Amino acid sequence: MASAAASEVAPATTGTLTREKARKPPRTGPNPLLYLVVFAIVVFCLFPFYWLINVSLKTGADLSGAALIPPSPSLANYDSIFRNDDFLKALQNSVIVSLTVTLLSLVIGSFCAYALARLRFRGKYFILAAVLSVTTFPGIAIAAPLFKLWTDINLYNTLIGLIIPYLTFTLPLTIYILVSFFREIPKTLEEAALVDGATHFQAFYKIVIPLAAPGMATTAILTFIFAWNEFLLAITLTSSSSARTVPAAIAFFTGSTQFEEPLGTISAASVVISVPLILLVLLFQKRIVAGLTSGAVKG
Amino acid sequence: MATVAAPTATSGGPRRRSGKGLSERRLAALMVSPSLVLIAIVAAYPIGYAVWLSLNEYSVRVPGLSRWAGVRNYEAALTSDVWLGALGTTFLFTGASVFLELILGLGMALAMHAAFKGQGFLRTVVLVPWAILTVVTAITWRNIFNPELGFVTTLLSSLGLPGGDTVWLGERGWALAVMVFADVWKTAPFMALLLLAGLQVIPDDVYDAAKVDGASTWQRFRRVTLPLLRPAILVALIFRTLDALRIFDLPFVLTRGANGTNTLSLEAYTQFQQNGILGLGAAMSVLTFVIVMVVSFLYIRFVGGNIRAMAGEDH
Repeated sequence: MASAAASEVAPATTGTLTREKARKPPRTGPNPLLYLVVFAIVVFCLFPFYWLINVSLKTGADLSGAALIPPSPSLANYDSIFRNDDFLKALQNSVIVSLTVTLLSLVIGSFCAYALARLRFRGKYFILAAVLSVTTFPGIAIAAPLFKLWTDINLYNTLIGLIIPYLTFTLPLTIYILVSFFREIPKTLEEAALVDGATHFQAFYKIVIPLAAPGMATTAILTFIFAWNEFLLAITLTSSSSARTVPAAIAFFTGSTQFEEPLGTISAASVVISVPLILLVLLFQKRIVAGLTSGAVKG
Repeated sequence: MATVAAPTATSGGPRRRSGKGLSERRLAALMVSPSLVLIAIVAAYPIGYAVWLSLNEYSVRVPGLSRWAGVRNYEAALTSDVWLGALGTTFLFTGASVFLELILGLGMALAMHAAFKGQGFLRTVVLVPWAILTVVTAITWRNIFNPELGFVTTLLSSLGLPGGDTVWLGERGWALAVMVFADVWKTAPFMALLLLAGLQVIPDDVYDAAKVDGASTWQRFRRVTLPLLRPAILVALIFRTLDALRIFDLPFVLTRGANGTNTLSLEAYTQFQQNGILGLGAAMSVLTFVIVMVVSFLYIRFVGGNIRAMAGEDH
């Protein structure tokens, strides 16, 4: 059942594999030009990150040269950022904020998505349209008034003050993806449970949620990436390292002019905060692509 | 939640339908309201508040003293050279980056579609720029275009090409070009994945039929692939346009808006930093909001059918 739901959102991964196998024999072998193009794509996508790692391993005089491979590679920059209390605090904040947002978004969003997918009530179209339109709000139009509101109720420069607005931006995506997953789950399973005396809520968390696990995983990954990446609210709603997340900390780490920058340490910090996201991509490529394209293919 | 789950503890045997505690509609209201309340507090209220602030003028000498200003703040914003400059930069940036992303994304999608052997690997590779934080993207490209020790300058000099002494982020035009380039690097792969998904739902028979009819590769692309890919292209364009119009992170880290890279979001932020969320800053926020909403109206119209389908039978 779960795989039926997954293939609905990810026709790209499952559907084409079989189709391509069927198409393969008549081909006369891959075009050498294709290899060149593929190589160019790989270089285009990975070289800039390689360059960042390259700079992060340079110290002293090496930093003022553009050598492709660090002449004397050193982990000194990494050593120095892991001794930087502000950076460590920011890492801790980012982990707390991102995980909390992911968890709450799944719980709150799955409630809303289940009601929209399964329960009978009025105004579903309005609710979905309102929820989705929020994803298009420019952060700046929200950030400044929220700053005022948060200052008044003492949420300014707190982690909760970041978690709440992040939820507003991650809930729409969560709801959008989960509604389509919930709709793929056969109604008969829940109906059987209802006949056996379960409540709607029990049917929801004992039957629907476990079957929608792939959709939950997809939304969890995308939510985590959003929260880890968010910058505008992070710098507007915080004022000190006690609540700053990594993107905000790194931007203020930058120094005032281009020439004073601790280039090596900033690069090292950039690599470190990118690692969790790159790991997610390596481990869950299929889930992420399924989530990103779920809206586009159906349209 | 506790009240809803309470029957679980006592339920053992079969229950009658009427004994389920909550009616379906009450349960729906309970399940939907947390999301709606959050969205109302964090999205609807701030926007309304910004509109209110933008319609007032504030005293410089007496904090908190304000009076009704009508649309004067909007007039000030719309006639300010800085804001109009930011408007032009934002549209130029959006047009250039979205156009390049479409061309590059389409090329990448076609290549990935053709390279069936390494498709999983390629998908992972193109997700790397997408996953890297925008702030880190900006830092990376600032490194690469660094005039002293950057890759680009060194490459140009060693190839004997001009440009080895260009301070890329220090010149109008070049600074915006670097910003466009960084954005294209980060988001063309996202575009490629959307378009690849679109390519993969085009049935093979369509191509086979075109081949039988003697269509050349270019004709098949022009007459079969492109028309059938149109919905995917449209969605990708709208997503990207909305993002590009709101661009903030890249110019903030690359240049802080100097040298012709000031965008609408960044200008509104600067106003907010200098003067708080008072009249003019609020008006700029609201104007940014309106511009983005006009574009997103297209988006809602386009996915509107989707929403109706998801909302199901009752509408």
